[in-house]
Parts: sequence; structure tokens; C-alpha cells
Amino acid sequence: MEKHITLPLTEELARTLKAGDTVYLTGTIYTSRDAGHKRMCESLAKGEPLPFDPKDATIYYVGPTPAKPGQVIGSAGPTTSGRMDAYAPTLMSVGARGMIGKGARLPEVVDAMKQYSGVYFGAIGGAGALLAKCIKSAKMIAYEDLGAEALRELYVEEMPLFVIIDCEGNNLYESGRQAYLESRNDK
Amino acid sequence: MREINVNQLTDVVERLCIEANTHLPGDVKCAIETCRACEDGQIACGVLDNIIENYNIADRENVPICQDTGMACVFLEIGQDVHFVGGDLREAVDEGVRRGYTNGYLRKSVVADPVRRGNTGDNTPAMLYTEIVPGDQVKVTLGPKGFGSENMSAIRMFKPSAGLQGIKDFIIETVEAAGPNPCPPIVVGVGIGGTFDKAALLAKKAIMRPLDTHHPDPFYADLEKEMLDKINALGIGPQGFGGRTTAIGLNIETLPTHIAGMPCAININCHVTRHKTEVL
Repeated sequence: MEKHITLPLTEELARTLKAGDTVYLTGTIYTSRDAGHKRMCESLAKGEPLPFDPKDATIYYVGPTPAKPGQVIGSAGPTTSGRMDAYAPTLMSVGARGMIGKGARLPEVVDAMKQYSGVYFGAIGGAGALLAKCIKSAKMIAYEDLGAEALRELYVEEMPLFVIIDCEGNNLYESGRQAYLESRNDK
Repeated sequence: MREINVNQLTDVVERLCIEANTHLPGDVKCAIETCRACEDGQIACGVLDNIIENYNIADRENVPICQDTGMACVFLEIGQDVHFVGGDLREAVDEGVRRGYTNGYLRKSVVADPVRRGNTGDNTPAMLYTEIVPGDQVKVTLGPKGFGSENMSAIRMFKPSAGLQGIKDFIIETVEAAGPNPCPPIVVGVGIGGTFDKAALLAKKAIMRPLDTHHPDPFYADLEKEMLDKINALGIGPQGFGGRTTAIGLNIETLPTHIAGMPCAININCHVTRHKTEVL
């Protein structure tokens, strides 16, 4: 199904999203990838607050190219989510709910998604120029020393995404492939 | 002996870094568009349409096709009658990468140490390969290599008894294990033979070879076609959401090898398979 949704990603909203849905997402999201996740989890372990309020937050796994003069942001497609698997359950445990990336997740992450009503969205990997078009503002909020990996607050409008794994654990990578193979066998 | 000032090489590398990252090669676009025409699933078609729209935006606005502008792999084929003057060759190449990634607003994705990390801040050093060839020209090929797909690559030292079937199974196993991670549709580069290191280099060269070319030996040309068809029967599809188009191309490169071995390396690239060549 095609859905247009506005953040924050409340539990109620998360429960309406199903694996395979096409979603156009509007609202504020936060960027973070390898080094940023490591640092956020180190902060939490020390009892320090995160640079943003994690409640119902959505994190985009991205390290954009530098903005050219006149651009809000450079190219900004998703990075491989699996590298954040070690950190994602911890972030969900403090309230973060949405994740935007690409690629497979570990069972531990899916279990945490079921427990905390998390949603894993896929953006098209390698479509960085196209995805940058939906980013209307970008602000560096922490970890500036990490360069492309710094933590940014983005405002996105109608960002085209797919629900890959929903909060019940249904997975588009499995169902989509199976549906294709079945349709081919029917021919 | 022809003298070439290394400053010229710096200029070429700078230009190639920017152009390779903003304009997808024609053979890759053609392969994607051909696959789009054969796809019929709604999500799969939508994904391929977005991929095509994305490289059109990059062309039009001179922006990077993908935010992972990669490590700069630089291949120099240096004519043996060339004499470089004016400075150090490696420094000249790195200076070209530094300028290209800075002036072209490309992402700096290189860390100085593999374990202790720490971004170098200018995407240097280049991954530099030099080869001495006949003549007095220098052929410069630049291939920015992203790591979402690089991480899904594999190498195996087969016993000769594993035969052709061993290689076929390894290719399928590697693509299957990669699944949605390398941003399918992918390009698969296969290097067979040589030594451990040479097999990996062959696989890298295979992904740089235009997708509308074939291995000169019909045995391997047929194998390229057979394995591409087998990969596209797996159903992984664009982005792993299911569909026909799992790979847009598969190239094989080969070398003689030892009586005791059959090395095989598989280098995976995403649909943003970038390479650009210029001759000095």
C-alpha cells in the first residue's frame, strides 16, 4: 500500500505500517552511521543524554557528500544497515523507533523491533542524488569532527521509502523474493 | 623517450575523480535500461525507474550519483618509453585525488589506519596500480569503489578438482550471501587464476570492463552469460525487494595459474559501477 506519513513515529503510527508498503515520509529525522552510533551508545552507557530526544525518533543511516554552494545537502542515499546492528537495540530501548537504511538486519534487531514497535524503512541504495531532493533542511547538531559521519538533523518532505521490516517482524526481503519466484513458476 | 610532467597526471586524476562520480558510463546505463524493459513487478520497476531518474539528475546537475564516492582506484598503464618529470608519481596521483574530492564536493571516506581508524580528510591515498606496457602513452583509468558492495566480495583458493562446478557454485553462493546489502542490481567481477593477489586484481579489473564486452575466449564468454542468467533466476531483484534484475552484468577475467591451485575472487559492485579513462 502507498502511505503518506508525518513524523514523529509514534507507536500507534508504527503499528499501521506493514512490510512492503511504499511510504512517503515527512518530518524531522536524524543522520548517523558507524562512528556516530558507537559514540551515542558510549554516551548512553555513561548515563549521558543523546544529542537529540530519542523518543519516537527516526534515524537515517547516511553519510552525505558535502553540499555544493546553494545546496541544502549533497547526495544522501542510505548506507548498509547491518553495521549498525550492534547499536540499534540499545537506541530502540531508549525510545528511537524508525530506522532508514538498506540491507539485511540481524535477528536481534528484529526481536528489538517487535519489543519496542520499531520500523525498518529502506531507501534506494545508490540513489543519493534523487533522495537529496526531499531533504529541505540540514543542520549539524553533534560530532562535527566525524565529517560525513557527523550527526545531522534533517527535515524531509515526501521521502520515498519502503517498509522492509515491520514491527511484527514481517520482512519484504523474504516476502518480495518469494512472491517473485512464485509468480515466475505460475507462468 | 617522451617526457611527461607529473602535474599533467594530477590534472587528469582530478578531472576523472569528478567525472566518474557524477556521470555513469553509457554501457552501465544501457544495461540498467535493458533490464528495466524486462522487469514486470511493480516494486521492481519502481526501483529501477528511480535508479534511472537518479543518474539523470546526477548528469544534469553535476552531483555525485551516490554519496559513497568511494576509494579512488587508479590504474596507470605506463608506456615504457615514458619518462615522468617534475615530481613523485604517487604524490602526483594523490594530489589529483585530493583536489578532485575537495573541489568536486565528493565525500572523504578514507581512514588512515584500518584498525585505529581516523579519516584522512582528503580521500587519499589512492589505491594505485601501475603496469608497464609498450609505447609512449599513459592510460589513466579511475574507478571510485564504494564499500557497501566491496564488503560483499569474496576470494577462495580452490583445489583444481573442484573444477568449473566449484567456481559456478562459489559465484552463486557469494551473490546469495550478499543479498540486498550491495544495492542490487549489481555488477559481478570474477577473477580466476594467477596467485591469491592476482585473482583479486583480476576481479577488480573485471568490474571496470565495459558491460557490453565479453571474455575473448568463447568458453568464458559463455560462462559469463550462463552465470548472469543463473544469478537473475535467484529472485533477489532490485534492492532485494524481489524481481528478475539481481545483476546487470558479469565479467570474467582469467590468468594462467599453478598446477596445485585454482584461485577465484569475486568482486561485487552496485549499479553505480563507475569508471572513466583518459590517455595522456
